[in-house]
Amino acid sequence: MGSKIVVCRCEDVTRADLEHSVARGYRDIEEVKRYTGFGTGPCQGKECLAVVATALAEITGEDPSFIAPFTSRPPLAPTPIKLLARDPAAHRFPDDPAEPVAAASEEET
Amino acid sequence: MQPGNDSDDDDDAGPDASGEFRVPAALRGGAALPERAEVVIIGAGVVGLSIAYHLAKRGMTDVVVVDRGYLAEGASGRNGGGVRQQWSTEINIRLMQESVALCRRFAVELGVNVWFRQGGYLFLARSAKEIARLEKNIALQNRCGVSTRMLSPQEAGEVVPEIDLTGIVGAAYNPTDGILFPWPFLWGYARQAIALGVKVLTHTPVRALTAQKPGFTVETDRGSIQARRVINACGSWSPSIAKMLGVELPTWPIRHEICSSEPLKPFLRPMVSELSSGLYCSQSMRGEIVGGVTVPGHGSTHAMGSTLEFLATYSRRLVKLMPRLGDVKILRQWAGPYDCSPDGNPILGEPPGVRDFYLACGFVGHGFMMAPIVGKLYGDWLTGGERHEIFDRYTLGRFTDGSAAHHEKEDFNIG
Repeated sequence: MGSKIVVCRCEDVTRADLEHSVARGYRDIEEVKRYTGFGTGPCQGKECLAVVATALAEITGEDPSFIAPFTSRPPLAPTPIKLLARDPAAHRFPDDPAEPVAAASEEET
Repeated sequence: MQPGNDSDDDDDAGPDASGEFRVPAALRGGAALPERAEVVIIGAGVVGLSIAYHLAKRGMTDVVVVDRGYLAEGASGRNGGGVRQQWSTEINIRLMQESVALCRRFAVELGVNVWFRQGGYLFLARSAKEIARLEKNIALQNRCGVSTRMLSPQEAGEVVPEIDLTGIVGAAYNPTDGILFPWPFLWGYARQAIALGVKVLTHTPVRALTAQKPGFTVETDRGSIQARRVINACGSWSPSIAKMLGVELPTWPIRHEICSSEPLKPFLRPMVSELSSGLYCSQSMRGEIVGGVTVPGHGSTHAMGSTLEFLATYSRRLVKLMPRLGDVKILRQWAGPYDCSPDGNPILGEPPGVRDFYLACGFVGHGFMMAPIVGKLYGDWLTGGERHEIFDRYTLGRFTDGSAAHHEKEDFNIG
């Protein structure tokens, strides 16, 4: 039945995948993330993290309050490279063009 | 997926009827700490696990690997997965030729798909000085039997048509370099080492290490182990372990950031790197563009937070090099520590005056690609086989006895 329950829609991870990961010994939420790939798609865990944590607590029998969320990774939402390229935080190398990158002259993002 | 079919058969980690590999019992948590062991390896990263596997494969199975965190928590789980033979010293070129050969066999030998793909490495030059540097390396690589060749900008453009050739004056290209997916490498080594009798204990931090006569006491949060020999494979965290025995390591950690895009249809065959900025990127087997860049001006740190400075610098250089990637979205960024050494080379073997304590650190961001061969050579040596020259050349003592001055520095560490 667990194979029909999708816990991460971005990466098609099912509850059965979580059970399999735990059975293999990968039960820490960071290990489960790496073993199953859950939380590594476009939502970066925003949709799936709580669902997976709840399921993991059930599967492992651990107190849910001991399951910490995995480290969240920037950017907050998928961000186009050309938008980031215009950010003034960028380090300038000697061979960088003085003008803003070509992408900046194109239309908006 | 067949969850639960491998509940109590830990002594047999071969593939079962379904072709699945079985549970690494020791990773389940709660596994008992043995009172003694022939070898305790501190650090369950790719270097420590490779050594453990190769020791066990040669019959030394009384081995315990301890790690303070989970598998893939450190640099082994955070790197870009590049595996190249384009180096600047003969010894490193030859080591990496053997590592590539081991990577090619890894999936079959260790029973896990590591998505190893030999799409080559393309190093782009923007100045005559960079060309001269590449040409010198290529001549040496060719003498070692690596088929690197210098490409004109046009030829580089044929390998990767997406590159904007403005300002590119040439490129070094070796088609047999490659990339892999780091995490399954750890799982493969861990599983097979465990299958051979090794214990891999995650979430087991070492609090103290004391020399006994003979051997050592390794005190962890979960109890003590008497070890006849100890191997320090803690990557950039190695100095704190060495210090417990009074050994000072000259290594330091540098935060290296990296990021990953949304998945794209496969188009990018080689790992592409630009010497002028340290930019590198490759397309993983998942389709993501994974890459990093040198962000100068940061000192030694174990802080592994992410910065906008990195993301902006990487993006700026990437759209300059491959303008078509401008519309691709970055999904996530993270960081891992480079374990830097004074001459760009690893530190191996026993420190001066300390017997039975072995170092396997200082890989300067390239421990992942060197782990397959270094683990094998360690396994050979510590089970009575050949002692490879790396254990004489890459000693800690080289920094104090003057011998480091007689060897070339490795100057082709990227990123």
